[in-house]
Amino acid sequence: MQVSETSTRETIQVRNGKIQIRTFNRSNFILQLTLSVLLIFTVVAPFFLDYKSIDLQRAIFYTFDNLKMMFLQPALTQVTLGAALYQILITLALAFLSTIIGAFISFFLAIACAKNLAPSFLSNSIITFNSIVRAIPTVLWVLIFAIVAGLGSVAAVLGMTLHTIAYLTKAYSESFEEIDDGMIEALRATGAKWWHIIIHVVLPQTSSYMISWTFLRFEINYGVAIAMGAAAAAGGIGFELFMSSSFYYDLHEVGAITYFALIIAIILELISVRIKNSLIGK
Amino acid sequence: MNAKIDVIKKKRIQLTLIFIVILLVVFGAKTLTEFSFAEGIMSIPGTLIWMGANLIPNAEAMENFPKVLEKLWETIVLSVISTTTAGIAALFFALFGSKTTKINQPIAIFSRFIASVFRNIPVVAWALVLVISFGHNVVTGYLALFFTTFGFLVRAFMETIDEASVDSVEALNATGATYFQMVFRGVIPDTLPQMISWVFFMIDTNIRNATLVGLLTGTGIGYIFDLYYKRLDYPTVGLITVAIIVVVIVIELISNKVRRLIL
Repeated sequence: MQVSETSTRETIQVRNGKIQIRTFNRSNFILQLTLSVLLIFTVVAPFFLDYKSIDLQRAIFYTFDNLKMMFLQPALTQVTLGAALYQILITLALAFLSTIIGAFISFFLAIACAKNLAPSFLSNSIITFNSIVRAIPTVLWVLIFAIVAGLGSVAAVLGMTLHTIAYLTKAYSESFEEIDDGMIEALRATGAKWWHIIIHVVLPQTSSYMISWTFLRFEINYGVAIAMGAAAAAGGIGFELFMSSSFYYDLHEVGAITYFALIIAIILELISVRIKNSLIGK
Repeated sequence: MNAKIDVIKKKRIQLTLIFIVILLVVFGAKTLTEFSFAEGIMSIPGTLIWMGANLIPNAEAMENFPKVLEKLWETIVLSVISTTTAGIAALFFALFGSKTTKINQPIAIFSRFIASVFRNIPVVAWALVLVISFGHNVVTGYLALFFTTFGFLVRAFMETIDEASVDSVEALNATGATYFQMVFRGVIPDTLPQMISWVFFMIDTNIRNATLVGLLTGTGIGYIFDLYYKRLDYPTVGLITVAIIVVVIVIELISNKVRRLIL
């Protein structure tokens, strides 16, 4: 009792008659430094941008008007309902293809990348490769592939698959690394082959995490696929969105298409949350 | 003994069925999008050779370097300020929407709903709509990034608050602290490191998204990429790509370092 009392008294610091609640430590200091740098940057940096000539008041007024047309009076004029649903299906198919191909390749890359399953030079080179792939935005990959493959589904799927690989390899290999080393060692001691270990330890222990990560990526890829349709003309609902806003200036249709995209996205999110909860548990 | 074999057999049949269903969906998706695996595999080596031959920045491309830097700066500023301002807005919505700090149920449901809508409308849709009223302007890019970041951060912050601060909220409530005391003395100090980490994650993501948004709204590095891509000036395109890689990796390194220090 005595000991703890004196030690408490020692750590209490008083300044100006007030007890100091927070004492100085490194991570707190870094935290405040980061916060202040971000805040100062946010306040100062906008002054160095080129705004051209923008009439902010009119633009905001127009935006509200546009949003009203979009969300309160959605209507399909250029595309029929069937065509819109078909385009959504194409977007989903693009997302699905790149997720499945990406997941398949990622599985093998992740085995070669997990620190407990593979030599470190292999895992380090895969990590480096992944961070370079991830540094180039998907749309740029699609445009680069489009030069050789032509604009369309091939370039879109290739570009999206690359990012999927970079993302899933990291997720998979991290869940592989959490496997109990004892089990791998035990199987090795019985003389099990490499693929025995993969099939009987790695797969059963991590499959629920892998399914959950893969579906999460599918959800992301759906959003990316919409973007690819608009920015890289890869087809699907994103392309319709681009046409109706940039060519026909038909905001009613933009609204209707946005509603379609939104509903599918929310359904996917709900499924993904449910999968995550049922497989991994709360 | 027999029962055991049945279980294994059942599992095997189940797995085969799942496999067949996935294969069928892949085939369906392939026909729907007119994707061809052969063409896809064929074009990978072709693209790699092409990249090696054409994407190397030459002396001529280096003359455009100042222009690239200027647009790169625009992109960095856009992604950082949209993330920080969205973070401040998201903090309030997350506080109102979280299970532990909500004021009442209707407001909580409302703020969750708003966040879900903002998060799920793709950034492209925001960009395309805003560009009609704001024109090809940095404000368009800023707002498009702001909306999606806001939606995502509300969800992330809400989960952080729910996970981290149940005990301190209970303790502070027991001492009779007011709502604001509870939030500013208990919840925010507890969850701030985690939130900053999410903010950094979003800055990282937004640099990539800003390129995409820039393509559509004519701002930043995305615009200049599109410009030289359409001019077929591939050495400059290569230079821009290298510049993006460097920026993204540097920002990733900084955010990893900061995250490790504060968490």
